[in-house]
Amino acid sequence: MTENKTPETRVALKHLYKIFGDDPDGAMAHVRQGVSKADLLNRHNHVLGLNDINIDIPDGKVTVIMGLSGSGKSTLIRHLNLLIRPTAGEIEVDGENILDFGEARLRELRQTTMSMVFQKFALLPHRTVLENAGMPLAVRGVSQADWEAEAHKWLDRVGLDGQANQHPNQLSGGMQQRVGLARALTSNAPIMLMDEAYSALDPLIRSDMQNLLLELQEELHKTVVFITHDLDEALKLADKLVVLKDGYIVQQDEPQRILLEPADAYVEKFITDINRARVLRVRSVMRSGGGDLSGIGGDVDAEDTLEDVIAKSKGDTTARFRVLRNGEVVGVLDMADLVRALVPAPAPKEDGATLKVA
Amino acid sequence: MATYDGLFQALGLEDWCDSSASSAPLSMSDLVSQNAGDGAEAQGSLWNTPFPSLDALNDACSAMPQSRDVTKGLEDGFLNIKDSLKVVLDPLTQPLSWMLDGALYAMLATPWWIVIPAMLAIVWAVSRSASLVAFVAVSFGGLAFIDQYDYALQTLSIIFVCAFLCVLIGVPIGILMSRSETMRRATVPVLDMLQTLPPFVYLIPLIFLFSVTESKLFGIAIILYAIVPVIRLTDLGIRLVDQDVIEAADAFGMTQRQKLFSVQIPLALPNIMAGVNQTIMMSLAMVVIASLVSAPGLGVLVLQGIRNLELGVGLVAGLGIVLLAVILDRVTKAALARINSAQQH
Repeated sequence: MTENKTPETRVALKHLYKIFGDDPDGAMAHVRQGVSKADLLNRHNHVLGLNDINIDIPDGKVTVIMGLSGSGKSTLIRHLNLLIRPTAGEIEVDGENILDFGEARLRELRQTTMSMVFQKFALLPHRTVLENAGMPLAVRGVSQADWEAEAHKWLDRVGLDGQANQHPNQLSGGMQQRVGLARALTSNAPIMLMDEAYSALDPLIRSDMQNLLLELQEELHKTVVFITHDLDEALKLADKLVVLKDGYIVQQDEPQRILLEPADAYVEKFITDINRARVLRVRSVMRSGGGDLSGIGGDVDAEDTLEDVIAKSKGDTTARFRVLRNGEVVGVLDMADLVRALVPAPAPKEDGATLKVA
Repeated sequence: MATYDGLFQALGLEDWCDSSASSAPLSMSDLVSQNAGDGAEAQGSLWNTPFPSLDALNDACSAMPQSRDVTKGLEDGFLNIKDSLKVVLDPLTQPLSWMLDGALYAMLATPWWIVIPAMLAIVWAVSRSASLVAFVAVSFGGLAFIDQYDYALQTLSIIFVCAFLCVLIGVPIGILMSRSETMRRATVPVLDMLQTLPPFVYLIPLIFLFSVTESKLFGIAIILYAIVPVIRLTDLGIRLVDQDVIEAADAFGMTQRQKLFSVQIPLALPNIMAGVNQTIMMSLAMVVIASLVSAPGLGVLVLQGIRNLELGVGLVAGLGIVLLAVILDRVTKAALARINSAQQH
């Protein structure tokens, strides 16, 4: 997780608007004149679903879009493969505006570039697990022997090959979502869209599935867009976190920075209840550079969580640690800074200078 | 003097009225009223004012058409286009005659010891239920024992041909309806009409179009009557397919065709089969009525029972029809249940 160089942008959303109603284009003119979402609904009877969305989705990273229900997150993810068409704006995939694509080109994009995992699994009930997993390739016209081999491979990878000949309804929810994941992986698409993929699962299974995704991600480096309403899930998975509210973006950044520097009261309220010691990492609260190495009580890794450090300090709030990354000293961590970081900062944070995001 | 004389005077249409004095024969009601004498006519009494119908207006102005001209015009119009309609419809529907005649011939020409076991094998194949096979064997054996075998088979073969064609035509129409709102708006009123029109009414224009000796006459009547449920339920079934699954099919780039054949139709199959069941039952109902226009089978015996007051003949044939209905219903429902359970797991 080296964040020093900015990864390339795989998908870029530019000034995206979506208005639901009889005359979206007419309503769009009002929005451009600055009519608010509430006024648009009350006076013009149109719903402003997405309001000027700009996101650069980095290649090979997990981008999590988080928001409560009604914030437009599911609408947003459906724009990426144009299951829903925007009212205005551009969606660039690998530099091309996909809104210009014809039907065949769009179908090809969906078949080869983007795969999707759904909240309600959306498996074909009349097909076996194997046929479901192989569906993306079968759709492309790949021969049965080939898609079966590929489907077996990915079912095996998600731990389901024993169930290949069962029907989806014979499986538990968690297992069905594994099939959904295997189906998305079988398509070999570089971009994976996950629409509240784990929201319907119970907490333990959800945690398993999150680990599975992280594990797969380490090996595959897909560009993942993950939708969730669960902050813990978002923080666990995200390389980049986008907070959505009422159809507009409140804040988008690296999750550590959002925790330390919430953009407004809404985000702040969101992050008050989480266990910061478990989520924040040493690199986010250390003083970078060699600095004063006096009184160093030991070494910690830049990717350690604060919880790890607290355990290591045995409760001594005066301890100082040397921070290493790949064996090199990158900074110093004062326990005093650590303790300060455990208290949610009011937005916007004033002395951000001391809290460096590496 | 007629009630509405004043109206035409006021409009200044007297000349037009007199110019084409009707020389048509008097209608029956006119004759009756003439014979009764005009003395009873209560002019000016508001209570007795007739509705300004065509007949009442004709009394005042002979240039106005009479109501019987409307029915006559309809009849003339139909007779005028009949020949050109026949040119189109005749070749189009000729295969139906061949199929019906062929099925009737094949069923009756094949010896009973082949037909009955074959039928039982089909029942077994679709239902996998030994008790149902036994039930069909006993019922058919019973019908054959009281010499209703030929009639029952005729009825069955007509139903098979017509129900098959209903599915062949109805399912694609249902699919089109589920895809296009325009098609749906255009079709639903026609379906409503076909469903509510009394079955006898179908027969009247068909008798004019085709000769009563042609089997397509009753074939068309049965298909028109029985095709409605399979169309409606195909449309409904496809519309009811889980939208999440459709979305997944789109997200993975399925073409319309792939979506139809690998997602929509398989998932709509329980509903489509329910429609097929209804269509078969309605074919059975119509095949009895169609005996009026020479459809062979048990209906002929029922008709004979009514015409000749042969109570026993009519009742036995009626019971035979009930037996056939029960058999067809049970077998198609068993097939439906098997499809449902195949999708459940």
